[in-house]
Amino acid sequence: MSTSLLLLLIVVIGFIAYFAGRTRSLALSGGKLSNLHSLPGYHGSYVAIWAMLPAALVLGAWLIAAPVYIDGSTRATLPDTVQSQGPAAVQLALGQVKSVAGGLLRLSGEELAALESGSANLRATLASKGVALAGEGDPYMVTVAKHFNAMTATNRWLMTAAVLLIAVAGGVYAIRNVAARFRARNQVERVILGSLIVASSIAILTTVGIVASMLSEAGRFFTMVSPLEFFFGTVWDPRFAAAGSGGASGQFGLIPLLAGTLYIAFVAMLFAVPIGLFAAIYMAEYASPRLRSTAKPLLEVLAGIPTIVYGFFALVTVGPFLRDISAQLNGLLTGDYQNFIQAQSVLTAGIVMGIMLIPFVSSLSDDIITQVPRALRDGSLGLGATRSETVKKVILPAALPGIVGALLLTASRAVGETMIVVLAAGVAARMQINPFEPMTTVTVKIVNQLTGDLEFTSPQTLVAFALGITLFVITLGLNIYALYIVRKYREQYE
Amino acid sequence: MTDIASTTVRISARPETAKRDIGIKRRYAAERRFRAYGIAAISTGLFFLALLLWTVISNGYTAFQQTTITLPIEFTEKVVDPKGERATDGKVLLTANYPLLVRDALVKQLGIDASKRPQVKQATDMVSASSRTLLRDMVVADPSIIGKTVPVTLLAEANIDSAFKGQIDLKVDESKRKVKNQQVTWMNQLAEAGVLKKSFNTGIFTFGASSRPEAAGVGVAALGSFYMMLIVLVLSLPIGVAASIYLEEFAPKNRLTDLIEVNINNLAAVPSIVYGLLGLAVFINFAGMPRSAAVVGGFVLTLMTLPTIIIATRAALKAVPPSIRSAALGLGASKMQTIFHHVLPLAMPGILTGTIIGLAHALGETAPLLLIGMVAFVVDYPGSPMEPSTALPVQIYMWANEAERAFVERTSGAIIILLIFLVVMNLGAILLRRRFERRW
Repeated sequence: MSTSLLLLLIVVIGFIAYFAGRTRSLALSGGKLSNLHSLPGYHGSYVAIWAMLPAALVLGAWLIAAPVYIDGSTRATLPDTVQSQGPAAVQLALGQVKSVAGGLLRLSGEELAALESGSANLRATLASKGVALAGEGDPYMVTVAKHFNAMTATNRWLMTAAVLLIAVAGGVYAIRNVAARFRARNQVERVILGSLIVASSIAILTTVGIVASMLSEAGRFFTMVSPLEFFFGTVWDPRFAAAGSGGASGQFGLIPLLAGTLYIAFVAMLFAVPIGLFAAIYMAEYASPRLRSTAKPLLEVLAGIPTIVYGFFALVTVGPFLRDISAQLNGLLTGDYQNFIQAQSVLTAGIVMGIMLIPFVSSLSDDIITQVPRALRDGSLGLGATRSETVKKVILPAALPGIVGALLLTASRAVGETMIVVLAAGVAARMQINPFEPMTTVTVKIVNQLTGDLEFTSPQTLVAFALGITLFVITLGLNIYALYIVRKYREQYE
Repeated sequence: MTDIASTTVRISARPETAKRDIGIKRRYAAERRFRAYGIAAISTGLFFLALLLWTVISNGYTAFQQTTITLPIEFTEKVVDPKGERATDGKVLLTANYPLLVRDALVKQLGIDASKRPQVKQATDMVSASSRTLLRDMVVADPSIIGKTVPVTLLAEANIDSAFKGQIDLKVDESKRKVKNQQVTWMNQLAEAGVLKKSFNTGIFTFGASSRPEAAGVGVAALGSFYMMLIVLVLSLPIGVAASIYLEEFAPKNRLTDLIEVNINNLAAVPSIVYGLLGLAVFINFAGMPRSAAVVGGFVLTLMTLPTIIIATRAALKAVPPSIRSAALGLGASKMQTIFHHVLPLAMPGILTGTIIGLAHALGETAPLLLIGMVAFVVDYPGSPMEPSTALPVQIYMWANEAERAFVERTSGAIIILLIFLVVMNLGAILLRRRFERRW
């Protein structure tokens, strides 16, 4: 019986259990609902939970555990000639046996007999049934595959029986518990609370998952390349992740990537901070409600546009524009029409990323500026200061910690941004200070190292996880510090 | 407010300025400058928004039109099935030389000498190479067509399409452009005959990936995105709401819940590419799920969207006044009943708004999907979320890397489609908020 059908059966049993529990509690109430501790629906839910939950848990555990057990047992039945060739060969043979096993199910009785007597070619027979086999296939595989098929069939049968038995047993146990004074509601609510707790622990699990997965993969990387070489290396040249190349063949220096990341983020901030900050000040202090209610959402549209669109914008508009304008400028000044800004450059990526960051800066700062108490503003204006003086001398100093927090949050966005730099910053890992030349970032290299066919044993792919954990730590540090500042500041005026 | 304040200052200041200079002019000039900076900043922001949209729309609106050539194709048995063995060998119809049919029809239509090979080659280059599969599918679907002459609408080749839309500068020297003068003459000749014309491009909505721009579309990618959005919605809404309810209503205020809170705020700001690494390491390497499958993409985007939904839901729950809770509790409802029967329904508009905004973000996300192998050349519609598929933004990324002019047009067209989806979702969120939001 297939898993989905089994699942459906469990749900059907649950439904039956619900109505059984409900009917029984109604019968027990003797026509007066107030005789019951809990409403009949709760009794029904209680029975249904007992019927479904344990069965579903067992099913889940079984689905995880059974393949492991079957694989282990099949591995043990492989002939010694294969076993002696090491784990990789065993794994390969196991994969072949599984596809043979899938093919055997489609064969007729005679074909199977022919295979077993060795008179028919394994690969050809299976190919005629639409099962492609990698490699020739050995005669022993038929026996092992038959063993595998037998085990799988037994396993399915056992699983179906066990799960259905547990579902029915749970339902019967629960329905016997149903009584007029039985606290069904409390039981049901306890289960709901449990599921709420499970849901909220997913947030924690995600973080744990991020850290654990990156640490373990990065750890594998650091067994091949020394951390010193990675964190302080100044040359990034990983070579290709060719199959079988083995060992560290390239150089994995983080510094050029980090330099590019910070440089581009810096240019972006240089562009976004003045614009965003002035926009926020104007909207908070000067703009009429009408202007504010149209300009603010319009600016925030910029934040809703997917970053891939910004990348495309950099690629077809900003990059070529900068390249052409620099060629014209150069021509006017020196007579030589050679562009000095590359289409893919730090400047292109920085400007486009800056455009993306404007709404982050402006909305975060806007929130903080409007939180400065009215009294400070009125006091300053009352003493004869102009609005701009009030902003510069009173409001901004008061809002400064919050604004710094907002800028740090924005910077963490800039550091972690991927699609814009993938399309606009270039892939050459270089250390230089000319903003008109291409540089590359940590995120670009993560994407570069992990697209295409990969092998998860080479340092060329594993380095992406070391880069990832570096990125994670940097942004995490920025975020925690920023949130700390913003929180602390908020409390001041509350 | 501003006007009143400044006029009063001016009136009282007027007699003073005559006597001694306290720099009021300078200060007002500074004030005006400051204002100008603010206006300039806002206009710069809006200018870039306009420029961005203009770039996309001006490049992309033509992608919704496609030049087609309608030719009477004669399905001669000599070409389709020269040996007459289609009844016995099914492969004959699949491998027949269909471009030959197009060539013959085109040669006849244009009245060129079939023996002049370079000319014939130029003529056949005007028709998309995708016509082979089109004719093949027609014949396979209905073999009785063989021997008949049927008018078939074929796609024009991408460069002809561009030329017909007026995007190729024909004044440039012939050797420097991909459309030859002879082809332009034919193009105009065909257009006059009403054979070659522009029509609404349904292909961009239905086709899958293709190396030929005219046969490339976002249909397959959109289906992949749809699967992922479905998974994100089904997983992240219940989990997010459950987590928020626990944190907001039940969790004791202690260090652990504080930690969870800080943790969720941080997760919302973790770079999306890190989620891609997580998906690659956990779902693909550890759990052994298939690469390029929409289900993995859906899981990754779910984890990415959860913090957004949790934050929005908590805000919505917080906004429900305590009096509602007290009233329900006072009437004898249990805490669970209070929340599920009274608080949650009232918070629902806010929760749904947050969910839609989170979904819109997930729909436009590209970076994590690149890492889990969704940068795939997928031609066929994925039958289920377990099959290889790609996503709308990833398709845009792949097209953006193509050099041809026609792909710029397609990319912009795909972006317009993506942006329309996002606008619709965000408008839905705004409407929901306007319609159901309550001020307590």
